[in-house]
Amino acid sequence: MTTDQPILEVRGLQKQYGRHVALAGIDLKIAAGELVFVIGPSGSGKSTLLRCLNRLEEPDHGQILFEGQDMSGKKNDLNLLRQRVGMVFQAFNLYPHLTALGNVTLAVRKVLRKSREAADAIGLAALRQVGLVEKAGSYPNELSGGQQQRVGIARALALEPKVVLFDEPTSALDPELVRSVLEVMRDLKRAGMTMVVVSHEMKFAREAADRVIFMAEGAIVEQGPPEEIFSHAREPRTRAFLSQVGA
Amino acid sequence: MHALVDQFFNVAIMAQAMPIMLRGLGWTLVLCAVAVPCSFLAGVLIAVLGTVRFAPVRWLMVIYVDLLRSIPPLVLLILVAAALPFAGIRLSPFAAVLLALTLNASSFYGEIVRAGIESIGTGQWHAARSTGLSYAQSLVHVILPQALRNVLPDLASNTLEVIKLTALASVVSFQELLYSADMARSVTYNSSPITLAALIYLIFLWPLVRLIGRLEHGVKA
Ligand SMILES: Nc1ncnc2c1ncn2[C@@H]1O[C@H](COP(=O)(O)OP(=O)(O)OP(=O)(O)O)[C@@H](O)[C@H]1O
Ligand SMILES: [Mg+2]
Repeated sequence: MTTDQPILEVRGLQKQYGRHVALAGIDLKIAAGELVFVIGPSGSGKSTLLRCLNRLEEPDHGQILFEGQDMSGKKNDLNLLRQRVGMVFQAFNLYPHLTALGNVTLAVRKVLRKSREAADAIGLAALRQVGLVEKAGSYPNELSGGQQQRVGIARALALEPKVVLFDEPTSALDPELVRSVLEVMRDLKRAGMTMVVVSHEMKFAREAADRVIFMAEGAIVEQGPPEEIFSHAREPRTRAFLSQVGA
Repeated sequence: MHALVDQFFNVAIMAQAMPIMLRGLGWTLVLCAVAVPCSFLAGVLIAVLGTVRFAPVRWLMVIYVDLLRSIPPLVLLILVAAALPFAGIRLSPFAAVLLALTLNASSFYGEIVRAGIESIGTGQWHAARSTGLSYAQSLVHVILPQALRNVLPDLASNTLEVIKLTALASVVSFQELLYSADMARSVTYNSSPITLAALIYLIFLWPLVRLIGRLEHGVKA
């Protein structure tokens, strides 16, 4: 499944907020079709890393390469990168004034410049993919948390991204709603989608992840296949973290 | 008692003044129909410019809003009407009033809309930008619709104020409702036209006041 050229790569990524170092030089290669799981204590920079990957956050230093192309230049087409690298948020961040279909089709119409009919067709297909076609006309406040998050995923998918970033997609959900979202992510993985997932769902990581990355204090401390990280972590910090979260 | 009724509630005088007052009402409505959208759109622009990254633009907006909120609208109007001709700019009474009202009201609209924009969390910006929408597209399609809805009662209140402020136009001889009433008063030596003007304002504005009350109630509920 992996090719030689990483689909997404970062080199020497650094980000500071005032004096606080959020990312202290991250190097990372993500292969096409890979599911990379990112774990680490609160404040370790996981969300900052994801936001830098589609330049929602402007890194201070470092390069971002998409399919070998440098995307980190100021003049580079930001919106093109963002269209290729979708994002799913912990708090869903659905647009409350739009229906599920409206949420999914807004960027399809305004960024991909599709007509309303074409956009609706794409949007309905994306909603079908997450099992929510029948909720197309519902507003976010009429949906359960799990349904809202699946609409969030459909919103990202409708742009046909090459990579989807998930920032704690299930941590705002009641336990019984988590499964439906993980099911969608499992389907995506099976379909060959490249995914970077920040999450505490260690069980899901064990079964679905190709690689687990442990971050602390803005740096990658350790990485490897899930089995290796969860059962044979070398770094004491990784072991301490894993025993703390009960994995 | 009879003198009071004769001076303020004289139906015959009111009937006599009615045609000129209706014309005045027409001009008041025209002024509102132009001044409210102008100052609202200017206010949205001020609020949006108040969110840009380039700091000097933001400071400029703060100065504009502070300055214009501190000048009484009547003073502003007389200033515009009296001072601009010296600068070689001759405005019709209508244009002078429109300019003064827009300057004043846009600063208030601007503050309200800014509060509305700030009430929308960064998550909405992140979601919008993450799908490739530009800054402007995010504002227009995601942020502003929610922001304006959140401050609807304040927007309606300010609109009420703007409508009432149109009466100031009478001091620069623009023939709106109050000016017409005052003209009728000076011709008839009777104040009933002023009462009639007050009644007309009441008939038009009371529904708006009720609407604002309901909006405020609705937002809190
Ligand atoms: N916009 C911001 N302004 C200032 N500091 C920030 C900002 N975003 C993040 N930080 C700081 O950067 C550090 C890394 O934050 P980040 O959100 O990436 O951590 P995280 O690993 O995602 O944590 P969590 O598990 O709690 O979500 C934290 O110390 C945080 O306080
Ligand atoms: Mg986070």
